[in-house]
Amino acid sequence: MAPTLQPQTGTKPATSLTNEEILRYSRHLIMPEVGMEGQLKLKNAKVLLIGTGGLGAPLGLYLAAAGVGRLGLVDFDVVDFTNLQRQVTFGTSDVGKFKSEAARERLSNLNPNIQIEAFETKLTSDNALELFKDFDIIVDGTDNFPTRYLVNDACILLGKPNVYGSIFRFEGQATVFGIPEGPCYRCLYPEPPPPGLVPSCAEGGVLGVLPGIVGSIQAMETIKLILGAGDSLVGRLLLFDALAMKFRELKLRKNPSCPMCGEHRTINKLIDYYEFCGVRGEEAPASDVQVPEITPRELKSRLDRGDDLFILDVREPHEFQICNLKGHLIPLGELPRRVHELDSSREIVAHCRSGKRSAEAVDFLRKAGIRKILNLKGGILAWSDEVDPSVPKY
Amino acid sequence: MSVKVMIPTPLRVYAGKRDSANFTAATVGEALSGLTTQFAELRRHLYTEDGKLRAFVNVYLNDEDIRYLRQENTPTKDGDTISIIPSIAGGSAENRN
Repeated sequence: MAPTLQPQTGTKPATSLTNEEILRYSRHLIMPEVGMEGQLKLKNAKVLLIGTGGLGAPLGLYLAAAGVGRLGLVDFDVVDFTNLQRQVTFGTSDVGKFKSEAARERLSNLNPNIQIEAFETKLTSDNALELFKDFDIIVDGTDNFPTRYLVNDACILLGKPNVYGSIFRFEGQATVFGIPEGPCYRCLYPEPPPPGLVPSCAEGGVLGVLPGIVGSIQAMETIKLILGAGDSLVGRLLLFDALAMKFRELKLRKNPSCPMCGEHRTINKLIDYYEFCGVRGEEAPASDVQVPEITPRELKSRLDRGDDLFILDVREPHEFQICNLKGHLIPLGELPRRVHELDSSREIVAHCRSGKRSAEAVDFLRKAGIRKILNLKGGILAWSDEVDPSVPKY
Repeated sequence: MSVKVMIPTPLRVYAGKRDSANFTAATVGEALSGLTTQFAELRRHLYTEDGKLRAFVNVYLNDEDIRYLRQENTPTKDGDTISIIPSIAGGSAENRN
């Protein structure tokens, strides 16, 4: 059964298409499942995309192309070179521009008949309800747990569908939350994982095509919601494994005691989601562990004067191949069983890409009784910035 | 009864990079116990210190959430698949360390 959308009040809905639009949307118009009625529903629909990155790219492109009349794009980030491997909205000339604005330009060129608004802002508990209220459907293409809970809660408070997609390396998940009769994100994940427990560092990265596939599934579900057609993913979690090229489906149930969408709601307003997820500050928070550090410049001068240092690289072998400081490689996950490889008679300097994994390694090794150990502050990235720019950053 | 436990990508690093493992088990709990015995590092990712399944770990028997069955006491039958469904948050894989 296709869920029905709440009618939105406001501007008068469009009741006709121009000749240019009829030509543009002709492959929709000749399908009985869309037709003129469906195309007008698309034209009158208002969809807010949270994130214009990997998932947001196919979402924006397909929803704009399909003629969704009003698209909002929320992103505070700036396009960088590492985005171009998968964020196909952007071109090389967009590097350095705000993503929401670069996406707005690209989508306006794709379809000048639609209204596109760029919101160059970080979604927060203070602005989410205000941003969401003028849209029919919210599409979650963010990349962190606090924002996912925020999007969920704001959608439930406002009674708006939340088209969910998430990716990790070569696996994806998609479903539709926020329909009154269906479950919400908190029904599936009542609590976020504590920071640091779910591996994110060494296991990071994503196959470039994966967000294209999962974001396209979200775009399809969004269009089905607008048309009121087909069987939506409400109550079903679609799992996609790109390596095995397998789709699986799990049942999602509405939790009657869910604090957000259950019979007795106990969360009646937006909360501090960084606190809820156990993280503070902006972006990927710095590690909680405080360990003794050495700066790249200090390390360089100590190596230059011939200090006998044992350089421990705790990244993964495939990262070592990209660039290295000629250290001894023991991936963080293997450290507990490979401690014997360390020469504790020498002073150890541990490093990783950014300094976070190696801080965990230093903390672990200090607890294991190794005292003469320092963490390279800022990792190989800082080494590249401050000491040797010939070392590539990744 | 032989059941297959599917190991999600984020946890494979603690399971010898395996994507699944087979166990002889009469309940979901027995299969998970087999898994965390074979791969001891997985234990802290799935269970709290007092031995309860962590709230953010979703375990499914075939396509059904064990929270709506008999939790870890849910009986298994030959050929069943148990899936551990992790929370993943990525949208564009910006958050690296």
